[in-house]
Amino acid sequence: MKTESRLEKILAAGHLAVTSECGPPRGALPDKVREKAKYLKGVVDAINVTDNQTAMVRMSSLAASTIIKQEGLNPLFQVTSRDRNRLAIQADIIGAYALGIDTMLCLSGDHTKFGDHPMAMNVHDIDSIQMIQMVRDMRDKGIFQGGAELKGAPKMFIGAAANPFADPFELRVMRLAKKIAAGADFIQTQCIFNVEKFERWMDGVRAKGLHKKCYILAGVTPCKSLGAARYMAKKVPGMDVPQAIVDRMASVPKEKQAEEGVAICVETIERLKQVEGVAGFHIMAIEWEEIVKEICEKAGLLPRPQV
Amino acid sequence: MITAERKPLEELIEFIRPYKRILLLGCNECVTVCAAGGRKEVGLLASGLQMALLKSGSNIEIRQHTLERQCDPEYVEELVPMLDGAEAIMSMACGCGVQQLAGRFRDKPVFPAVNTKFMGASERQGVWAERCQGCGNCLLGVTGGICPIARCAKQLMNGPCGGSTGGHCEISDDVDCVWQLIWDRLKALGQTERYLDIMPAKDWRPAGGSGPRKIIREDLAE
Repeated sequence: MKTESRLEKILAAGHLAVTSECGPPRGALPDKVREKAKYLKGVVDAINVTDNQTAMVRMSSLAASTIIKQEGLNPLFQVTSRDRNRLAIQADIIGAYALGIDTMLCLSGDHTKFGDHPMAMNVHDIDSIQMIQMVRDMRDKGIFQGGAELKGAPKMFIGAAANPFADPFELRVMRLAKKIAAGADFIQTQCIFNVEKFERWMDGVRAKGLHKKCYILAGVTPCKSLGAARYMAKKVPGMDVPQAIVDRMASVPKEKQAEEGVAICVETIERLKQVEGVAGFHIMAIEWEEIVKEICEKAGLLPRPQV
Repeated sequence: MITAERKPLEELIEFIRPYKRILLLGCNECVTVCAAGGRKEVGLLASGLQMALLKSGSNIEIRQHTLERQCDPEYVEELVPMLDGAEAIMSMACGCGVQQLAGRFRDKPVFPAVNTKFMGASERQGVWAERCQGCGNCLLGVTGGICPIARCAKQLMNGPCGGSTGGHCEISDDVDCVWQLIWDRLKALGQTERYLDIMPAKDWRPAGGSGPRKIIREDLAE
């Protein structure tokens, strides 16, 4: 074991891990964080706390992660390279670890164009792969990115994202290999609706033995409505929502759509369980955290194992 | 080349409104090539300004001239006899030219007539696109001759983000995903394995991170 992370313990013990996410509020509303976290208590092994997701200003990922930690849950601290340079990122990682946060996800972040401050400068001093390298060196070598020695190394369980649905497809397995070589311990994928394409990506992953070098958590999202499915299909860059999913959402009356979305999500999880190399699930129920428990129940992922 | 675009006429009029006699100065280098501030544009802008000011009842004398290179002190010196009587200078050169004038003629106000944009190349007639950010440590030798610093919206040095779709960048269908271009090129060169080399965190000092940059060639400097 590299860390004390509960997520690492679950995965190392061979259990299917479950993570979910919580987007911090757009204001100083700590109770909002607690309320979202409450829905996930006993339901997931770690809670991703997004970092200014979609480039909209929110309560910092570090602050919201700390609140979640205080509630006795396990935050998964997301960090993007969009808003902070390597000094600020390292400072936050040390700070997070000092506050008991031991699991993180390294991301490049959505472009500012999509958010509420499109006029802001994108930082991108380092990219996500360089961030992974930096965190690994902080943890394993006890050094800062600049080379100086670090006292009190943050023992972070290091996560990274992978999107099997973005182009060029043939590069996506190599990109994963690169993240693993940089030091990623686990991966959370983009939401999977096109299971066939995900399976093809996993064929490539297994062919290179990458599933044995890091844990791959398959990302899933329940569609709350036909509108949400259409939005993800058309508007979100790098998302692949097949027309069959949109049609299926459209085939039921409006008041039954949420239920249908959950059914699709549960079926997807069941199918993904059969894919060799899938080590768990990352359930992204955006602004719908209360549904995660039901999905986990229906997908046979509860109760969560004790480790 | 350094590309530029002319500022809106209204903004330029406000610069020169207080004056009766100005010198409008073009540059025969980059801004001529990108049709922003060469001899032709100087002529067009001079009449545009004069007409606009006449409409509002004021009269201005605009002397026109175009230097071979505004960023070169040798050529700037040519202006000395021309500046007699000119109350202000409006430069159609890039920011380098404007500053060269401001540094040489300390008692004359100097105004920029263009917005300096980027170092780019011509894609086709009338279209210029950014190609270089002058990061001071060229990576093109390992990225198939295509620059991720200048051409990736997130300056990603190790591959495409999750928003690359059909060869386009997530920010716009009008922007190529530079990592798709790099990948296609590495394939064509039979160098796809090169993609697996991790490019370490960049030292931004040569890119300007350590302050304003200067080149001193001892063999040439006087």
